[in-house]
Amino acid sequence: MTNDPILAMVDITKTFPGVKALQDVNLTVERGEVHAICGENGAGKSTLMKVLSGVYPHGSYEGEIVFEGAPVAFSGIRDSEHAGIVIIHQELALSPFLSIAENIFLGNEQQRGGRIDWNATNLKAADLLRRVGLAESPVTKITDLGVGKQQLVEIAKALSKEVKVLILDEPTAALNDTDSAHLLGLIDGLREHGITSIIISHKLNEIKAIADRVTVIRDGRTIETLDLHADEISEERIIRGMVGRDLESRFPEREATIGDEVLRIEDWTVHHPLEHSRLVVDHANLHVRAGEVVGIAGLMGAGRTELAMSVFGHSYGRDISGQLYKNGRPINASTVKQAIAHGLAYATEDRKRYGLNLIDDIKRNISGSALGKLAHFGHVDANAETVVANGYRKSMRIKAPDVGVITGKLSGGNQQKVVLSKWMFTDPDVLILDEPTRGIDVGAKYEIYTIINAMAAQGKAIIVISSELPELLGICDRIYALSAGRVTGEVDVATARPERLMQLMTQEKE
Amino acid sequence: MSASTQTLTDDTPVIPPAPEQGGAGLGAFLSGRLRQVGIFLALIAIVILFQVLTGGTLLTPRNVTSIIGQNAYVLILAIGMVMIIIAGHIDLSVGSVVAFVGAVSGIMIVNWGWPWWIGVIAAIVIGGVVGAWQGFWIAYVGIPAFIVTLAGMLTFRGLTQMVLHNVPITPFPDAYVAIGSGFLPDLGGGKTTFEPLTLVLGVAATLGLVGQQIRERSKRVKLGLEDEPRSWFLSQAIFTAVFVLAITFTLASYRGTPIVLVILAALILIYSTLMHQFVFGRHIYARGGNLHAAQLSGVDTKRVDFLLFVNMGLLAGIAGIAFTARSNSALPGAGTGFELDAIAAAFIGGAAVTGGVGTVTGAIIGGLIMGVLNNGMSLLGLGTEVQSFIKGFVLLLAVAFDIFNKRRAANASK
Repeated sequence: MTNDPILAMVDITKTFPGVKALQDVNLTVERGEVHAICGENGAGKSTLMKVLSGVYPHGSYEGEIVFEGAPVAFSGIRDSEHAGIVIIHQELALSPFLSIAENIFLGNEQQRGGRIDWNATNLKAADLLRRVGLAESPVTKITDLGVGKQQLVEIAKALSKEVKVLILDEPTAALNDTDSAHLLGLIDGLREHGITSIIISHKLNEIKAIADRVTVIRDGRTIETLDLHADEISEERIIRGMVGRDLESRFPEREATIGDEVLRIEDWTVHHPLEHSRLVVDHANLHVRAGEVVGIAGLMGAGRTELAMSVFGHSYGRDISGQLYKNGRPINASTVKQAIAHGLAYATEDRKRYGLNLIDDIKRNISGSALGKLAHFGHVDANAETVVANGYRKSMRIKAPDVGVITGKLSGGNQQKVVLSKWMFTDPDVLILDEPTRGIDVGAKYEIYTIINAMAAQGKAIIVISSELPELLGICDRIYALSAGRVTGEVDVATARPERLMQLMTQEKE
Repeated sequence: MSASTQTLTDDTPVIPPAPEQGGAGLGAFLSGRLRQVGIFLALIAIVILFQVLTGGTLLTPRNVTSIIGQNAYVLILAIGMVMIIIAGHIDLSVGSVVAFVGAVSGIMIVNWGWPWWIGVIAAIVIGGVVGAWQGFWIAYVGIPAFIVTLAGMLTFRGLTQMVLHNVPITPFPDAYVAIGSGFLPDLGGGKTTFEPLTLVLGVAATLGLVGQQIRERSKRVKLGLEDEPRSWFLSQAIFTAVFVLAITFTLASYRGTPIVLVILAALILIYSTLMHQFVFGRHIYARGGNLHAAQLSGVDTKRVDFLLFVNMGLLAGIAGIAFTARSNSALPGAGTGFELDAIAAAFIGGAAVTGGVGTVTGAIIGGLIMGVLNNGMSLLGLGTEVQSFIKGFVLLLAVAFDIFNKRRAANASK
């Protein structure tokens, strides 16, 4: 390898209140290479890229960024773009009702004497579109393009800014195979234009196909940088770097008493709500028994939340097919109300958006899903409600002086306890917990695990969705691996190896 | 009570029934209710201000009676409007609906000679149908309420003018007119200083309201749930009693109880109870506070939206009758701008544009603030142009106060 680094990030440490997101991270990128960054969800990849692109401005982190031989101090994304570093986020940032050309030059309008020069705009845009291999007119509206083509528009936009280093965050997560292949080919081709790419990806086969080197990040630290040309690096070798951490006793002990099957999901297929032809969940089969904690592992975009929400009263997706069986009998749970009546409960991964009424108090949030239990002829017994909520406040250890506290003022851990209380009050048989410990500090995580254990001990069937493999291995009895909407395997935790699970999670369609 | 609580906790495992005494100082308690208390104090301040400026005319029995009559229909609309705003919607059509139902009742009663009470029932039913029509487009088709009700505002204004051929209908029979400007019978035969029936009703209402407050509190105390400081409770109870009795004696010394006040009081009572103590009310707050969370909690939010607009239609029907009866004519241009008064009342009364926040009593107080301002300024001889100017400022200040207050709370918790 020619030793000509274009970019070096030296000893980067980034702290959020209570959490060290990055610690002494080092990253060196050679001029003209495709450099991949790998790591589990939450390992710190995106944080690192936000530091690099100035989203977290200079001064909010420790360490040094050296770009083209000189230290730089970006105070915002405009600075980094000006220097030639452009980031393309996973959620594309295009304005849907503007044309391709307008989007490409948004914030960088082609003007002459204060008026927009539409001819120059469209001509230059057409030239850029040719370079990225997108056969569309520059005046086409973004909303008329598929995700794959939108991704190409983002790259064209980056090229218009005379990009030197292009950062792509999970560029193929939402793409089908053909679009992915085209995009990867394009990134490969950018090398010849002297553009260096940094690509964040979970898909090891893609990394192997186009990257020159890969840096593995775990728990906010750099683990290693592997040269994919020099050595014969296998996917297994990369996986070992990603998961290689010892499972400490961060999980409470549990005696599992497993009973009969409570819920079976058969042939479950869900289509994307907007792109009808896209399968989000693909003929999934799984089951869970009384007193059992079953995990669902999968990388971002694998369809975990979509599976859970579609099962819970068809809250996601369209053209849902498949059958649910409760205690062996087929059930129809196509509305949330029916799902709750059949004893299903779903605690969302996004508490603030989908879980709580943040402007209302603890007791009304807890009673929200089963208000009927507290009502006679529609009249709510407010005293009984307070008594019930107080009971949960104590048993779940919700840290608040009383149940009249507004939930928006609680910490993440306490908000999650309110959500769990709300669902326990519906007296469910099956609890689906989506990322139950996301955004919660370590101490509160232990409490949540204890609550999960207690619920299982009562004979509830529990499904846990989590991005953290150690968490799943620490609290589950069995784990299903999900990849691209398909159940790619099932492992028994007693004999499971994290490497095997990661392999199933990254398994692509043959 | 305690028996039902026991069954509930039996349904919910893990959970021991654990009542507990919570408590906060009076200061902290009041600061949490700053908005509610503040709006009330604002009303009192405005009343005192105009009482002084008008040299005592504002609170004469005759003027108090007329304030009630002038504002009852907007207050009735404000009840429905605040519910819609709590759910995160808006209704711009109510002024036109008021005119439309008034026109229809006029045609039935005056032109066709039907009994007045059939005209009244028909008007309310038609209001409900209009609400169902708009609710359908909003809830089940998914068109924003702003658009649907803007369309309704035009449509029903047009329909009113069409059915009336742009000519007012008048006069209405006495029984109908009484709904808007009549009084309950004077049991003293006009010979007593204070009208006896009004006194009886006023004292009964006072005892009922205060008695209810005491009963609720003793229930909470028994369960160990009381979190209101005793001084707050007492001042609330005393205030309620003084307020109701003051109005009672004022009205009793003039012509007694306006019929429309009885209707308004009943509606306030019914709807505050509905919003606070019934599942439907809770679902409205949940829908406005976080739509997704409400849906994922099994709330049928479409049904909530639909019923809210049906309800608004019914209330617009009642308000339409009250207004038509008071003016003793069905006018093509009736109710113009009522929707804006009702919306302003809701926002002055503490409702949030983003939904999820607001109360029926708040909206009523907001409406009274506007009403007293109108009346007081008229007494001072100020024209409608000045009234409009001042009311605009009051609305702006009230909402600015809200936002300022919210920021202060947010900073305090940081």
